[in-house]
Amino acid sequence: MKAIRQFFDKLEPHFHKGGKLEKYYALYEVFDTFFFSPSSTTRSGAHVRDGIDLKRVMISVWLAVFPAMFFGMYNVGHNANTAMAAMGIAEKTDWHGVLIGLLAGYDPNSIWDCFWHGAVYFLPIYIVTFAVGIAWEILFAIKRGHEVNEGFFVTSILFALIVPPDIPLWQVALGISFGVVIGKEVFGGTGKNFLNPALTGRAFLFFAYPAQISGDSVWTAVDGFSGATPLSQIASGGLDALQHPFGAGQITWMDAFLGNIQGSIGETSTLAILIGAAFLLWTGIASWRIMLGVLLGMIGTTLLFNMGGSSSPMFNLPWYWHAVLGGFAFGTVFMATDPVSAAMTNTGKLVFGALIGLMVTLIRVVNPAFPEGMMLAILFANLFAPLIDHFVMQANIRRRLARQ
Amino acid sequence: MKIREILLEPIFSKNPIALQVLGICSALAVTTSLETSIVMSIALTMVTAFSSMLISTIRNFLPSSIRIIVQMTVIASLVIVVDQILQAYLFDISKKLSVFVGLIITNCIVMGRAEAFAMKNPPIPSFLDGIGNGLGYSLVLLTVGSIRELFGAGRLLGYEIIPLIENGGWYQANGLLLLPPSAFFLIGLFIWVLRSVKKEQVEAPEYRLAPHVSAKEAV
Repeated sequence: MKAIRQFFDKLEPHFHKGGKLEKYYALYEVFDTFFFSPSSTTRSGAHVRDGIDLKRVMISVWLAVFPAMFFGMYNVGHNANTAMAAMGIAEKTDWHGVLIGLLAGYDPNSIWDCFWHGAVYFLPIYIVTFAVGIAWEILFAIKRGHEVNEGFFVTSILFALIVPPDIPLWQVALGISFGVVIGKEVFGGTGKNFLNPALTGRAFLFFAYPAQISGDSVWTAVDGFSGATPLSQIASGGLDALQHPFGAGQITWMDAFLGNIQGSIGETSTLAILIGAAFLLWTGIASWRIMLGVLLGMIGTTLLFNMGGSSSPMFNLPWYWHAVLGGFAFGTVFMATDPVSAAMTNTGKLVFGALIGLMVTLIRVVNPAFPEGMMLAILFANLFAPLIDHFVMQANIRRRLARQ
Repeated sequence: MKIREILLEPIFSKNPIALQVLGICSALAVTTSLETSIVMSIALTMVTAFSSMLISTIRNFLPSSIRIIVQMTVIASLVIVVDQILQAYLFDISKKLSVFVGLIITNCIVMGRAEAFAMKNPPIPSFLDGIGNGLGYSLVLLTVGSIRELFGAGRLLGYEIIPLIENGGWYQANGLLLLPPSAFFLIGLFIWVLRSVKKEQVEAPEYRLAPHVSAKEAV
């Protein structure tokens, strides 16, 4: 550690005002504060009553995603290995296969084999996301003369977890570039974006390459495998049509809750996401009001549809199924609660959440084109967040005026 | 004003789309392919130029209270002429442009130039001003149109430039570029580039955030 500190201290003068690398101070600062916590403190009358700063908030969210991430890696590998066993493929021949062959085999019952198989797919996606995104961040930070914000840690991992495992890496790079530049930096960077950057990037991919990412055909990292995602299976045939691939039987609610289904990398296991949610709520970083709002909004809308008595299978899907399928849990816990793009006021947070719950059910049930609606629902609610806050504040002002 | 200035200023320095943000509606709708963009650009340039000239010739006889209606009549007549010509000679493209040729009547650039320039200037400069603004509009339309067709469908003017995967090539077409919102992003990026080069076009910020730490307060 001492050696690293000395190394940074030796470099530092070059980056200060007048130094020859002055322009690249942001770059230096990223790596310095990555290794050491900064010694500068807030000296003025700032309204902070806690020893937490943006960096620690972001790192906490990053840690909270870990259960979903590790389970996601295992599940990607498990699905791929199962599919390969059933299709009679002995091993993969591309570069993924070479990496898998280094440390593991293709046994669907071995936890390590599945985990490593998934890691070989997930880690390149994450590395590309991180490298491309941080390059944009540093570029803008240098150009604008501010420090690189840690929000990107969260954006990068969330983005990597909401893409399908078999996505081409160039699409990952394109998606995160769009998310960071158009979703965030054009509005001035972290804290000024009104959309969630990770979701903006995914929405870009969703509309740009609909054939691969729209969610009617399933994402398993095996060539030649095709099937429908759970949500589109239900949309076409009801709960009875909800089958594991290769005749492995019906998908039970417990399967969906534990994550034994197919989908984007991080979204499958509601249980793993709930562990992250518990951590976020315990540390007080994510707003329980938003999560509650989303859940209530979804339950209310679903009950309303259930009462309708339509014969369409999506209309009759009960709320506890909606909660465990697709990106509902992941979106509720990690995306909707993004403090920058969500509503700020307490009442506003409930309304904001309820709007997401309403929209996600509406899109899933009524819109025949999109079997999944969490992404669009959250982006839609992001747009309304400032309006919701405005009305909450106006109501508060009126109430207090009336008190006189 | 010099002829050169009237003709060339609206292209970069006072671009009707990039600086005044007028005429966005048709720019979003017709730029899916370069062909429609070209036809739309020519149509709008013609209408703007001739309407400005005609309005300018009658500007001294126009009672101010009904001037907008008269301007609209002139513009609408010209648009009908353009529409008829397109239907007669370029029927396919006229179908693709559908309602947007008719909507040139309400295009803010045409009305804007009539109000802002033609009502105060003689016919010849007005005509040139119309051409200039039409060229400014065309510049944005052609840029956006070529990017959208090239990367959205791998073609330019219908000829394959980048071979698509479906046709045995390597390029995966970007479907977003064929949807209207992509024109928003592209026009936004165009304005961004233009304003980074021509800094005088940057608007003053509406407010500034105060820094969190003030040195005076601290000690």
